[in-house]
Amino acid sequence: MTTTLYTSDHEWLAIDGDVATVGITDYAQSQLGDVVFVELPKVGRALKKAEAAAVVESVKAASDVYAPVTGEVLEVNDALTAEPALVNSDAQSKAWFFKIRIADKGELGGLMDEAAYKAHTA
Amino acid sequence: MLARDDQDSLKRTPLHGLHLSLGGKMVPFAGYDMPVQYPAGVLKEHLQTRSSAGLFDVSHMGQLALRPKSGRVEDAARALERLVPQDIVAIAPGRQRYAQFTNENGGILDDLMVANFGDHLFLVVNAACKDADEAHLRANLAGDCIIDSLEDRALVALQGPKAESVLAKLCAEAPSMKFMDAGPHKVAGFDCFVSRSGYTGEDGFEISVPAADAERLAKTLLENPDVMPIGLGARDSLRLEAGLCLYGHDIDTESTPVEAALEWSVQKSRRSGGARAGGFPGAEKILAHFDNGASRRRVGLLAQGRAPVREGALLFATSAGGEPIGKVTSGGFGPSLNAPVAMGYVPTASSALGTQIFAEVRGQRLALTVAAMPFVKNTYKR
Repeated sequence: MTTTLYTSDHEWLAIDGDVATVGITDYAQSQLGDVVFVELPKVGRALKKAEAAAVVESVKAASDVYAPVTGEVLEVNDALTAEPALVNSDAQSKAWFFKIRIADKGELGGLMDEAAYKAHTA
Repeated sequence: MLARDDQDSLKRTPLHGLHLSLGGKMVPFAGYDMPVQYPAGVLKEHLQTRSSAGLFDVSHMGQLALRPKSGRVEDAARALERLVPQDIVAIAPGRQRYAQFTNENGGILDDLMVANFGDHLFLVVNAACKDADEAHLRANLAGDCIIDSLEDRALVALQGPKAESVLAKLCAEAPSMKFMDAGPHKVAGFDCFVSRSGYTGEDGFEISVPAADAERLAKTLLENPDVMPIGLGARDSLRLEAGLCLYGHDIDTESTPVEAALEWSVQKSRRSGGARAGGFPGAEKILAHFDNGASRRRVGLLAQGRAPVREGALLFATSAGGEPIGKVTSGGFGPSLNAPVAMGYVPTASSALGTQIFAEVRGQRLALTVAAMPFVKNTYKR
């Protein structure tokens, strides 16, 4: 059973036990425009909450993707490197960026549920 | 986000309402509320312009008429030559030329287009510089010319391989025009100034139209299924692939036309030994750069990887250590090339085609190769 939470920086986290799969929201991709390049963190990297973890670039500009929680990178989605446009076509499923082992579940308390995120972007 | 007051203080072009109705995503640009893209998005808009035709609103740019007090256009041309290193006298009636206003240090105050309309000169200047340009013209040319700021005109660009066939339906003379031909023509019955030129590397036209008729003209052009509206985002990626300078980024008051690799735009008549050599601001420095070379040069840069290298990235001679040798002045992703493209300044010694240099991006040195521009072959109808 997974729960999906959101950050105010427009990342989503699908939480399954102590592992979070992280991506950017459909709202974020619509604001960025056509994604042409994605840079992912190295597997094994220890990320601190709010640290720049990945980069997503559209034709126009580069944006950081922040680590929504502290933890170790377990896996990255290499499909994005080969096909950055997946971020536009399927932001909240196939275009996940990385999986992270959640070091402190207490950090999840500050995140939004879907209803709160919808209100945040309204 | 902008405060409400700032949004309200942004100027609007005569096509502002049309942009909103077309779903344009509006952003502040040079004091104007302008569409950065439409719902199709930057990538599709870029490729549309390369494969069919795109319509751009460039009404934020300044349009000026220089009317000679003597009634002889060559007097206006001679007067304007005091401010630019170009041969303006040689621009034949019905022709247009690219020029730069220079300053006393040989730097570039703005770049512009100058057309000879037979009895006066027609100038198109950058939006961000237009007030300063007009003041500059008034301060220096008021004795010889009446300087008319044509505030009541809009400007649109129709660019791409189908621009000619699209415009031919509305302007019978369009197909017979060659690259850089310019003059008054009726388009869809409106009193326009048409030039065969643009900022995309594609064949195309720039059309000055009375503000009151602008929306009707734009809608008529957009009725053609070959035409899509194109925002500033694709305008930037198109001009970057075409190797064209963006004022304030690739050229500015710190760069001479020689450093900027714009020698082609300075005719022999204004260079050392020419019939009207010098006589423009900064001539001493600019002519010295022509005669002895400059120490740095604007070059095209292609990345070896997929990561775009953007404006401001520092350039290095080696993959680690050392001081920066230059800076990227424009960079991004070229949709037609399907690869990152950039331009920047490097020491002349590192400016030869094929030279490998490095750009620092997020703490890493990425390999770049000095490459010929345009990156995408231009298709001007000469």
